[in-house]
Amino acid sequence: MEEADGNGKSMKGRGRLCCICSKRRAALKRPKTLEQICRECFYEVFEEEIHQVIVENQLFKPGERIAIGASGGKDSTVLAYVLSELNQRHNYGLDLFLLSVDEGITGYRDDSLETVKRNEIQYGLPLKIVSYKDLYGWTMDEIVKMIGLKNNCTFCGVFRRQALDRGAALLKVDKLATGHNADDIAETVLLNILRGDIARLSRCTSIITGEDGPIPRCKPFKYTYEKEIVMYAYFKRLDYFSTECIYSPNAYRGFAREFIKDLERIRPRAILDIIQSGEDFRISTSTKMPEQGTCERCGYISSQKWCKACVLLEGLNRGLPKLGIGRSRGLNDDRKKGIKENIGTKSIESKQCGTLDF
Amino acid sequence: MACNASSCQSNCHRNEEQAQEEEFGGSANSISNYNDRNLNVCVKCKSNEPISGGNAEDGRFCADCFRSNLYGKFRLAVISNAMICPTDNVLVAFSGGSSSRVALQFVHEMQDKSQKNFDASRDRSLPVFGVGVAFIDERAIFPVSSHEIDKAIQDFRSIVSALAPPRKELHVVPIENICSSSSSDGRDRLKNLLDAISDSTGKEDLLLHLRMLSLQKIASENGYNRVVLGSCTSSIACHVISAIVKGQGYSLPGDIQYVDARWEIPVVLPLRDCLTQELNRLCHLDGLKTVELHKVPYSGINGLVSSFVTLLQKENPSRECTIVRTAGKLTPFHFNSIPEKSDSNTTLATQRRLKKYNLKPNESLSSESFCPVCNSPLNKSDLLRQSNLQNHQTSSDIFGAACCSSCRFQILPKDPSSMEHFYTHLPQPLVARAKRGGYGNLSLLREQIQDCLISDSEDES
Repeated sequence: MEEADGNGKSMKGRGRLCCICSKRRAALKRPKTLEQICRECFYEVFEEEIHQVIVENQLFKPGERIAIGASGGKDSTVLAYVLSELNQRHNYGLDLFLLSVDEGITGYRDDSLETVKRNEIQYGLPLKIVSYKDLYGWTMDEIVKMIGLKNNCTFCGVFRRQALDRGAALLKVDKLATGHNADDIAETVLLNILRGDIARLSRCTSIITGEDGPIPRCKPFKYTYEKEIVMYAYFKRLDYFSTECIYSPNAYRGFAREFIKDLERIRPRAILDIIQSGEDFRISTSTKMPEQGTCERCGYISSQKWCKACVLLEGLNRGLPKLGIGRSRGLNDDRKKGIKENIGTKSIESKQCGTLDF
Repeated sequence: MACNASSCQSNCHRNEEQAQEEEFGGSANSISNYNDRNLNVCVKCKSNEPISGGNAEDGRFCADCFRSNLYGKFRLAVISNAMICPTDNVLVAFSGGSSSRVALQFVHEMQDKSQKNFDASRDRSLPVFGVGVAFIDERAIFPVSSHEIDKAIQDFRSIVSALAPPRKELHVVPIENICSSSSSDGRDRLKNLLDAISDSTGKEDLLLHLRMLSLQKIASENGYNRVVLGSCTSSIACHVISAIVKGQGYSLPGDIQYVDARWEIPVVLPLRDCLTQELNRLCHLDGLKTVELHKVPYSGINGLVSSFVTLLQKENPSRECTIVRTAGKLTPFHFNSIPEKSDSNTTLATQRRLKKYNLKPNESLSSESFCPVCNSPLNKSDLLRQSNLQNHQTSSDIFGAACCSSCRFQILPKDPSSMEHFYTHLPQPLVARAKRGGYGNLSLLREQIQDCLISDSEDES
């Protein structure tokens, strides 16, 4: 594997044979390895790799009920499709469900939910939708109307995390599978270094998180390249929704994401190497982790008296939307760590709507 | 944190002052004159004018305070990590760039001070440490005209000889000397070696390791017991990111501490807390001459990382500090402190003056195995692969198996015959290192990975 030079493209399609089966014509250059392979072999290696990840890391046990976090985007659509395929092919014995969160964003989520509803029928997976309106009494549209386009991603991210857990509890599932891919995880490793978060650095590469919490989450796409997911969805003609959130206005990608794309261009292996580095970091186990308790108000896991969602919600309901944002003193007066995620340093991250809530 | 707060405070501070002054403003001419002056003074001594231009960070100090602040960072690093003792003989790695120029200058100033103390003291119990300078001549690799390098070396000689006594020796050694004792043969071998590497990043990295080997060779042949590098916060931040990108997360913490004693001659990084802008500025202020000789822009991964870090630093002037601070929290290795000397040669006077603030006792004196190419500690999966090696392998195969996965990917040739070729051109110290660390202590290796082995049967004899 030499570093890619980018002019392999012109060679493509000249009747070269797939380097795996040596029978069919190569149809694509595999992003992860730059091998020229045919479509069928691509499907096979793509699915087989995910199967191996699931088996080696024992992500699922037979008979488990698994919710797939489904946004209608490419990652979760491919995840739902591949998981239901593998479940049948390898007899995982899983009960799969689709779990969607309706943030109440007109012109974005309503459309993407239509996609998820079609997926429900296409893949035969029962769908559960939990909405911010039902859970919190507010839609994102209403929240944005009140607080404007600043910090709205903080609300959305905090609410989504809890909404997914609540939805999973309603479905009585054992685990939640999310569509985070290798690029996302590599980006998180870098971001945690850039912003000095050693505690998150130590756990952001774990394939299963929250095992001590109510519902563990796992990332079957941990080693799957974003580009391959797109490629898979494209060739399989999967039905997915590809518009960005209208409240995450900067369509630009963050520095870190762009850096990773640049790296991938000259050395595809770099994404896996970053994850490898993240797994290998020598972090002393004494690194302080916030103590986990439960929210006095809603009973959700929280390291403070009230959980973050309740603090934010209280602010909304009392007409003080700044409550719980930034370093301002809010209800949890005794808290020492300012909640500064999502504020400041925005330009280095790409996904702003809290999808990276490891 | 400190950088963050200080850069912020400078502005807040100024605004407050400004506001106050506006209240008083206009009441009397003499006061407003005074205030005008007060507005524009060094934040530390409050008397001199701050240096103009540059960024907010060093624009707050006057030239003297800036200089003493920078020297203070250097001195603290040296003292708190016991980098230099009075009995030491220190070799400063000098490239002609601003970082190593400042390193040389500061080491010199420190030596100068202890020389003065020595002259003034009655019992002369504290000897003065010795200083030498090394320049690695890389004209065999870089497209620089010989004339230019010869001229630069002349400049270096005059820089070094212009420093106040005690006299410092300048060692100029061509990089190819590491491959062979004869210059032309060494040049061929080096060229063959580098040509065998297809990855441009791998080429750059191997060169970096060879440079370190050369420094080690100079130091050990000339009786030095410390190697001082000019690595600063900015270059270390780049190393952090590129090591992560190359999958070297395990070995990374070993590279970025103040002290790196995995080498025969311990390597120290006294400028670890100084930014490259500060070092450039000092060179500019004090008229320290710098020569950018081997300034070929990085390509490949290293180039990408360095422009990424530059971009981040522009967006937030404390980003490089944050990167180094975060990576600094990763657990260092046992070799990241100066080995304790137990011999009776160190006098009581010396011992008393050793202030080791940061030195923690080594909890785990683990016996690491090291990659023969880059000398980084190997992680479990590397060790596992090495111990799974079957018998009847060629020595180049064994060498390859002893390397870390990063070097295997970006430096070692994939195809067996070119690997064989590559192996025959490797410098002797590298091959020796593989033999020392590799298969001499298999049982030791096995012990370290015991918990990962499935079968107990010992199939290798």
